[in-house]
Amino acid sequence: MSTATVEPETDTDSGPTAEAAAVRVPRARVISRETVTMIILPPVLVVIAFLGFVIWRQTAELDSVEAQQLRWSEIQQRTVEHILLTLVSAVLVVVVAVPLGVLLTRGRLRRAAPIVVGIANAGQAAPSVGLIVLLFIWFSSYPPFGVVVSGFWIAVLALTLYGLLPVLRNTIVGIQGVDPTLVEAGRGVGMTSASTLVRIELPLAIPVIMSGVRTALVLIAGTASLACFIDAGGLGVILQTGISLFRFSLMVTGALLIALLALLIEWAGRLLELATRPKGI
Amino acid sequence: MSTTTANTEVNASDVSGAEICLDKVVKRYGGQRVAAVNELTLSIPAGEIVMFVGPSGCGKTTSLKMINRLIEPSSGTITIGGNDIRSSSPDELRRNIGYVIQGGSLFPHLTVGANVAVVPGLLGWDKKRTAERVDELLDLVGLDPARYRDRYPRQLSGGQQQRVGVARGLAADPPVILMDEPFGAVDPITRQRLQDELLSIQRELHKTIVCVTHDIDEAIKLGDRILILREGAHIAQYDTPENILAAPADDFVTDFVGAGSTLKQLSLARVDQLEFATTTTAQIGESSREAVARARAAGDDAIVVLDKQQRPVAWPTLRQVTATEVVADRPREDLVTLDHRATLNDALDTMLTATHASAIVTGARDQYLGLVDFDRVVEHMRSLERAAAEATNGVEPEGLA
Repeated sequence: MSTATVEPETDTDSGPTAEAAAVRVPRARVISRETVTMIILPPVLVVIAFLGFVIWRQTAELDSVEAQQLRWSEIQQRTVEHILLTLVSAVLVVVVAVPLGVLLTRGRLRRAAPIVVGIANAGQAAPSVGLIVLLFIWFSSYPPFGVVVSGFWIAVLALTLYGLLPVLRNTIVGIQGVDPTLVEAGRGVGMTSASTLVRIELPLAIPVIMSGVRTALVLIAGTASLACFIDAGGLGVILQTGISLFRFSLMVTGALLIALLALLIEWAGRLLELATRPKGI
Repeated sequence: MSTTTANTEVNASDVSGAEICLDKVVKRYGGQRVAAVNELTLSIPAGEIVMFVGPSGCGKTTSLKMINRLIEPSSGTITIGGNDIRSSSPDELRRNIGYVIQGGSLFPHLTVGANVAVVPGLLGWDKKRTAERVDELLDLVGLDPARYRDRYPRQLSGGQQQRVGVARGLAADPPVILMDEPFGAVDPITRQRLQDELLSIQRELHKTIVCVTHDIDEAIKLGDRILILREGAHIAQYDTPENILAAPADDFVTDFVGAGSTLKQLSLARVDQLEFATTTTAQIGESSREAVARARAAGDDAIVVLDKQQRPVAWPTLRQVTATEVVADRPREDLVTLDHRATLNDALDTMLTATHASAIVTGARDQYLGLVDFDRVVEHMRSLERAAAEATNGVEPEGLA
């Protein structure tokens, strides 16, 4: 029988007399089994698939076009370009979307949030090839301030616009999702509005924001394959060459490498998400 | 300013609280014809616990939040210790007013220690002073600093979180503490403990505490004074719990206090006002046969087993004692203890769930004091009833406490 006073003992145990050592303390950070799987599995799969590709590449008989395109130095260069396109765009997305999202949860601007999210929605709904090519035509016809913008930066701009939505939306949702009593508790103990934002709201919204960043990373990594249309490089070049010269091996290689890179980037995003999640939540 | 309170005698020098005065305070929300708070004028003496109670929507929480400017009054003035609260910025003001919210409202991404250290941090205390203060406060609210300082809120039970919430409110040693339904989110038994602890902390610190609750029993138990509000924060009655129970101002108060005001007085009386019964006690390791013989001679059918510090650790029946050669500290399950400062209400509650139909009373450091049983409580209730009857017959009630 559990009596009235035994329960609070386990609940309120404190002093040296308490025997609460037996009470199991839940861990500060809980990592679900699914998360563990999603962290171990992708790199393993990527490594296996890539090894398969290496073996095929070293043993297959390639004609001169294929050999030219599938030189290791070529593959490496395209991969680096692809990663650069993705990372630079992702950083820009975070730099633009997080502050914008925060602004849209403050005071009067709150009312503008649906409109801005709507615009970002439209941006994402637009076909990505169209967005990239249109921006290219626009910038080459009317160079802004007379400066000629390279294909790389045009592609980055397009990819940034494309990846904005998930981060923007998740920033707004994440901050709005913070328990209002915690915000009031922050204000109630004398934090300024700004320090409540920085010390309470943003840290608590980080898991949601970071999951938006991961989504954006994957979107951008996939879409960066289209950068080859405006001569901005990336793994899309191999795929594109394969299509125009009708070399099946190039098409498969391009598609495979893009997919593997996207998987790796998504995996890195997960790690980032885990690493930035504040302890205790 | 010195005041006599229901629970303790307070010397003016001990009081670290400050007086709060509300003068014709009005809060009107845009678009509403009726003011949420209409000309509330009130003086809260330094060093007292004042409970705001009333039906939901009566403006009690609004009134509370106007004191730390979480809600700005539409008109009227509020002073703390004679200073108008508008003389400093709201953030500045709030750093000098403790604020305790339901469930503790701890910041989940900060450790217990960091939660308590928030206000000292805002006030720019240095690290060493803050760390010392955090440990001191965790100790005060009954949490071992070494064990709990670095835990995260989700690693604590609801009651423990609430304790940390109280510690956070006390962190910068503010003269005034505001509490908004502080114990609303914990189970009744934990709540009873937390209430007892708040009272014992208050006996030490003598802060001015303003506490909102919807629970009239909590108000009676904790309050030196109770403010009963009706819609628009009109004062229905503002008086000591004894006077409110004995002489409700009108039907609204009578209804609100509810039936059985004699029973409610049980919340005002404390266990240490009863005369304790004695029973046979034995030390751990004593010979069972001797202990049983002593119990038989005294006519007891159970023995309270004490440890070296005279703390009760078990309460076996004679048959359970004879099962072992020497007196053991088992079985622990039947041990039912009550703090000597617990109310009679809590005592009845506790005894109802006990196997012995009585409870062991413990004093300071959990030392054994004696037993209470139903008869003793009932006898005390009868005397209270007689006192209440006299009071309603126009006789000024003598302090029941």
